[in-house]
Formats: sequence, C-alpha cells, structure tokens
Amino acid sequence: MSDLNKTDNMTSQVMKEILSGGLLRTVIAIVLGFLVGAIFMIGSNKEFVESLAYIFARPGDAFSAAAAVVGDGYGALFKGSIYNFDADTFEKAIRPLTETLRLGAPLIAAGLGIGLTFRVGLFNIGGTGQLIFGMIFATYVATRVELPMVLHMVVALIAGIVGAALLGALVGFLKARTGAHEVILTIMMNYIALYFFTFLMRNPDLLQESRATGNPKADAAAETALFPKLLGDSYSLHWGLIFALIAVVVFWWLMERSTIGFRLRMVGFNPDAARAAGINVEKTYILAMALSAGFVGVAAANQSLGVAVGVTPSAHANIGFDAITVALLGGSSGPGILLAGLLFGAFKAGSPSMQVIGVSPEVLGIVQGAIVLFIAAPPLIRAIFRLPKPQTTNALGEMRRRIFVKGGAK
Amino acid sequence: MSNTVATEVKVGFKSPIVMGSIGLLTIVFMGFLGREGMVGFEISRRQDVIQVPALDIDSSTLGIISGVLMLAISGFSLYRSMQNQKTPIWVSSIYGLIGVTALLGWLAAEGTVPIAFIAGTALVLAVPIILGAMAGIMSERVGITNIAIEGQLLTGAFMAAVVSSITKSYLLGTLSAMFAAALLSMVLAVFSIKFLAQQIIVGVVLNVLVIGITNFLYQQWLTEDAENVNFPGTLDIIRIPVLSDIPLLGPIFFENRITVFLAILIVPTIWFVLFKTRLGLRARAVGEHPLAADTVGIGVGRTRFWWVTIGGSIAGLGGAALTIGNAGAFGREMSGGFGFIALAVVILGRWHPISAALAALLFGFSIILRVWANQVSPGIPTDFITMVPYLVTIIAVVGFVGQSRPPKALAVPYVKG
Repeated sequence: MSDLNKTDNMTSQVMKEILSGGLLRTVIAIVLGFLVGAIFMIGSNKEFVESLAYIFARPGDAFSAAAAVVGDGYGALFKGSIYNFDADTFEKAIRPLTETLRLGAPLIAAGLGIGLTFRVGLFNIGGTGQLIFGMIFATYVATRVELPMVLHMVVALIAGIVGAALLGALVGFLKARTGAHEVILTIMMNYIALYFFTFLMRNPDLLQESRATGNPKADAAAETALFPKLLGDSYSLHWGLIFALIAVVVFWWLMERSTIGFRLRMVGFNPDAARAAGINVEKTYILAMALSAGFVGVAAANQSLGVAVGVTPSAHANIGFDAITVALLGGSSGPGILLAGLLFGAFKAGSPSMQVIGVSPEVLGIVQGAIVLFIAAPPLIRAIFRLPKPQTTNALGEMRRRIFVKGGAK
Repeated sequence: MSNTVATEVKVGFKSPIVMGSIGLLTIVFMGFLGREGMVGFEISRRQDVIQVPALDIDSSTLGIISGVLMLAISGFSLYRSMQNQKTPIWVSSIYGLIGVTALLGWLAAEGTVPIAFIAGTALVLAVPIILGAMAGIMSERVGITNIAIEGQLLTGAFMAAVVSSITKSYLLGTLSAMFAAALLSMVLAVFSIKFLAQQIIVGVVLNVLVIGITNFLYQQWLTEDAENVNFPGTLDIIRIPVLSDIPLLGPIFFENRITVFLAILIVPTIWFVLFKTRLGLRARAVGEHPLAADTVGIGVGRTRFWWVTIGGSIAGLGGAALTIGNAGAFGREMSGGFGFIALAVVILGRWHPISAALAALLFGFSIILRVWANQVSPGIPTDFITMVPYLVTIIAVVGFVGQSRPPKALAVPYVKG
C-alpha cells in the first residue's frame, strides 16, 4: 500500500469520526456544560430563592426569575464576546468579536502544544512553566535588545518559542533518560519557572523595569518588538491571532502530513510497536515535549509582545492550565483546538460584561470545567443519552486505551 | 529486572556525593564567605514557664561548624555505601536539621532566630499538605492517581468556612468539609473505576471544576454576605497540660489547634493500617497487582473506591485546616497549589505516610522561611529558597537521591476479564 493511500484512509477515518459521534458528543458536552452553569446562576439568584418560598402558590415567579437570570447572564456573555446590539455603530458592535479573537489566540497556540502531547500519549501539565520560560526569553529580547522594526518582533517571537521549547525538551530529556513521570516533572517546573521569573523581575540587571516600584515587574516591550495592531488602533486585536492561525496550520501539517508527525502518532498509538519498527521512542518523547512547548511558546510571545504594558509574574494568565481544557475539548486536532480556543476566548472576553450586570463571570469557570468533565468520560455521556458505542476511536480514545493496557505512570 | 535470579541490589554513591557537595557549599558560602555578626537562637518564648537562655554564636563560625558536621555525616554515608548499605533515614534527617540551622544562622546574622515560632508555623502550614498527601498516598497505594488533591483541599476549605459560619459549629463545619471532599473523591473513583476514564485528566478537570464553583460562590455569595457565611473565625488553641511546658517541643507540638493534633495522629494511623493490618495488605495488593488480588477474592473496585473516598475525606480535613484551622475565612483559590505540593510530597516520601509527612514539613518550612527571611535580611533572593523543595522533588523523581518507585498498578484501570 502506498503512503498516499494510507493518508487518504486516515482522512476519511477522521471524517467518519467527526460525523459518527465525536462531534455530537462534543456538542452535547457543551450544552450540558452551559446547563450546569445555568443551574448555578439560578441557584445563587436572590429573586429566585425568594420566590421559592411561595413556589406552590405562584410557580410562575420562580420560572420567570430563573429564565431572567439565565437570559441576562448568557445574553451578556454573547454581547461581550460576539456582537453588541446596544452599540451605536457597527465598528463598536463587533468589537467584542475582536476581543474574543485576541483572547482566544494564546489559548489556541497553547492548546495545540498540549494537544500534541496527548497525541503522543504524554501529559503536559506544564503549560504554565513553559509559557513563563517563553515569556522570560521573549521579554528579555523585547526589553533589553535593540533591533530594527519587524526584525525585532520576529526575533522576540522566536526567542519565546525557543525559551519554552528548551524547558519542554528538558522535561522530555529527564523522562527519556530516567523514566520519571512527565506529569510530576512539569508540575514542579511550573513552580520553579514562576519563582525564577519573579526573581528575574526583581533584579535590575535582568528583567526589572527601569522605574522600579518594588513589585516584580518588567518594562513594556519596545515598540519595535510589539505585535502590530491588526485592524487599526481602534481595536486591540493584534498579530498574535495571525501567529496562532499559522500555528494551527503548522500543527495540522506536522501531525497529519509530515514524517515527524507520523512518528509521533505511532509512538502515541503503541510505543512498543514503534520501538519494534525502529523508532527511537526516547528521542521521540524529547522531540514531542520540545515541539509541544514550542507551540506554548507562541502563546508566551503573545503575552509578552501583545500589549504595551510590562509583564508581571501573573501575566501567564493561567493559559497553561486552560490549554489543557482547550486540547481536551478540541479532541487534540488542529481545527478542534481552534474552535475550542475561540469558545474559551469568548468566555474571557465576555466576563467583564457579565460582571457589569451583576452575574459573577466565575460561572464560566464552572461551565468550562463541566464541559471537559463530560468530554473526559465518553461512556458517561453515552450512558446518559444512550448513544451507541462509536465504531472508530479518535486519537484521545486511542491514547486512553494505550494507557489502560500499558500503565501510564512509571 | 527480567531475569529470575535474585541479584544483589547495588547501593549507589549518589547520596554521599549530594550530601558532601552541599556540605562543602555550606562551609564555603555560609562559613568562610559567610556573614559577620552574632546570631541568637531563641529556644524559649517570653511567656514560657521554663526559660532556657538563648544560644549566641557567630554566624560564619556556625556555618563552618555545620559544614564540617555535614561533611562528617557524608563520610559516614560514603562508608555505608562502600559496605553496600543505605544511609538510614534518621541520619539524613539529622543532616537536614544541621543544614537548616546553618541556613537560619546565615539569614539572621546580627539578629535572632525564634525557633519555636518558625518550627511551629512550619507545622501549621504543613498540616494541609500532610493531610493532602495522606489522601494522595491512600488513593495511589490502591492504584488510582490523584491529581485532584487541590480540588479536595479547596472543597474542604470552602465547606468548613461556610458551614461553620452558618451553623456556628466547628464540628459540623469540619464534618461537612470531610463529607464534601469525600463526595468529590467518589467522582474521581467512579470515573476511574466504572467509566475507565483517564485518571490524570479526570483529576485535572475536577480541579478546574472545583476552582470554578468555589470562585463563583465566593464572588456571588461569600463576598455579598461575608458576615453570615464567611466569618467562621478559628478553632481554639488547646494547651496540653505539662507537655506544653517542655521547652522548645512544647510550644511546637503541644500547643495547637485540634487540626494539627489530628494530623499528628492520622499519619501514624495510616502507616499502621497500611503496613501492619490485613486491610492495608489487601489495599497494597490491589495497587501492586490487581489481578492477583482479585484472584484471591479481594474486590478490586470496591477497595479502590473506599480508599480513594476515605482519603478524600482526610484531604477535606486538610482543607478545613486552611480556613478554620489557620486563616479564619475562605479566600479565592486559597489552597494555592498546596494540592500539587502534596502530590510532590507523596513522591518525595516514596508513598510512605511518615516520610511524606516529613517531606511536607520541608515545604511548610520553606514557606515560612521565605516570609521570615524577607523580614530579617531584606534583599536576599528568597525566590530561590521557595524553589528548593520543588527542585528537591525533581531530583528525587529523576532518581538522584534513591529511586522512588510508585505502586505498580498506578493509573491502570482494572477490568475483570
């Protein structure tokens, strides 16, 4: 069988998966997630709780209170993240959508990184640490190096990718060399990276801002290194989105079309078979962790170079952890992660307008958690909705199966 | 090892090498290149019944003495390694204590070291980590990876604060904290045992969910009505008569809140159950070789379910220790990574309750040391002090200081075939 035939089979299989249940299950999980969020919104609403006292006398009050709070809450989310009907001009009305794209971009890039490790049968819980290492490199280039326009930005972006990839490669190396479990290594690295970053930002010779205030903070990126605005100065959307989209294409090509991706997937399907076929599994682990962290590095550059404000220790904005949920929801595929990243980006963009109408945007954290909880256990959703068992398994399912048989932890 | 012939296990030279290098660094950087000035080690507090005078010593002299002692212990460790014997844990503990003393003396040059305060606070800070680690050990010993310790702690902290505030009863608050965290563990257990979901992912996702729920309720409810629902105060400090008058040890161990006493009792209890009873033997069998355990009639799923659940309730108690046992109110994401530290502690303690509790003290100590060092010698890069326990954990998992080996069937679901 020729290689071309194989890839054709693969693509048709992917289509089959999407149509046969993967997509349906994902949609169900998202709907259930929003339902869980709605329950919390209703339960914490004062008017609803008060109307419960006379629910048997006038049940309509309770229902209308519940409908009102859910409608207001998710309505504000829509207005804050997609289209604002109240705005007087079209330019203002679509601003929320550009915010969703801006905040979704780093989630997409980092989600690709985490998704890549899922495909290889690894767990990269260290998105935060890798993101911080990327930010250290990108921020250093952006604030301490002088280069001409464009070149400066490109060098800073590459620095971010390299910085993150170095930490990823270190984890991969330690795993390959000693058999230590990458979950523990990456979690520990998260803390080490965070404290190291803080230390650098306290030191005037390294990253501390020139007008030090005592709090750990770096200078804003030089104007030559900043990502340019994408739609003019009236929107905050910048080139970070373009880089995230490029990352999606690179990810798709890498995983579905390249030899490296074939090797990565093969190790993910069955490391013993891959080893028997002559693939150096240990080297593949190092490569996978480095590539994974490299994608996270794109998100790191986005955090360092996206806004003209100096970074602080909290500038990682929890993207490293959110990326895990993005990768899970997106089923570790390029297009899936793109959509999942945009969904969770919309959550971030819509939070302030929910705050304004008095619904705590933290409810979106519940929605996010509930969605991935339903995603994480396909048998649960199948049991609830009595869906048939899928004929083919997706990459995540395959990975899950591998770990059942082999044992994930060493 | 695949061959069936019993081979002699070689004890490596990693421990003496690591210990010797740290000893040398101590002599050089805290001794000869150390800081000038006298340090006073305050053994008694002002209010103590029995007063012991403070020990005064020159900071750099202390560094040299400590370094020499540490080198001597490394020599002993080297001797043991040459005899192909391991260095006993009590020797390593003494080594660690000497190193810590040198560090304290170095930090507090021209000042004083309130030993009882530092050690006591380290213990109080370590309690949630210790209890979280016990939850981790209980579930990992039966073969379920528990990444959700963070969520269990946070659940416990939230419930303890809210229920204690509403009912004005710390007992009810603590019980509901344990109950809620146990429920959360049941979700982990059911997903892992029944739905065969990937345990690491379920753990991560449960953390996200609990952080989401507590953040939402905190914002929507606790901040609006703080006086009624988030104002529990803290448990009373209990002084155990006579014992609490012992110099140094008394204030650290015998003058504490009930949460600390419970933690001190729970650790040896779990050790006893795990290693000295039939129940514990069965649990370990399930974690090491579920098929064999099943063959002799042990219910693998049932054992796993109950150990994970009871472990969760202990983590819930750890969460209660955060709010009603220390802070006095619930705060946003207040477990702040303690659950992940507990995970590290489980590995650092090699899945052994007592070693894990000691490792938790190391983390508790590093937290208080950072705060205290900022006060006595501002300008010292305390970020590195905070980093040390995490580095030690990495060094431990990559096998430089003895291999840490997890239960064999960890994270492997068991399907009856």
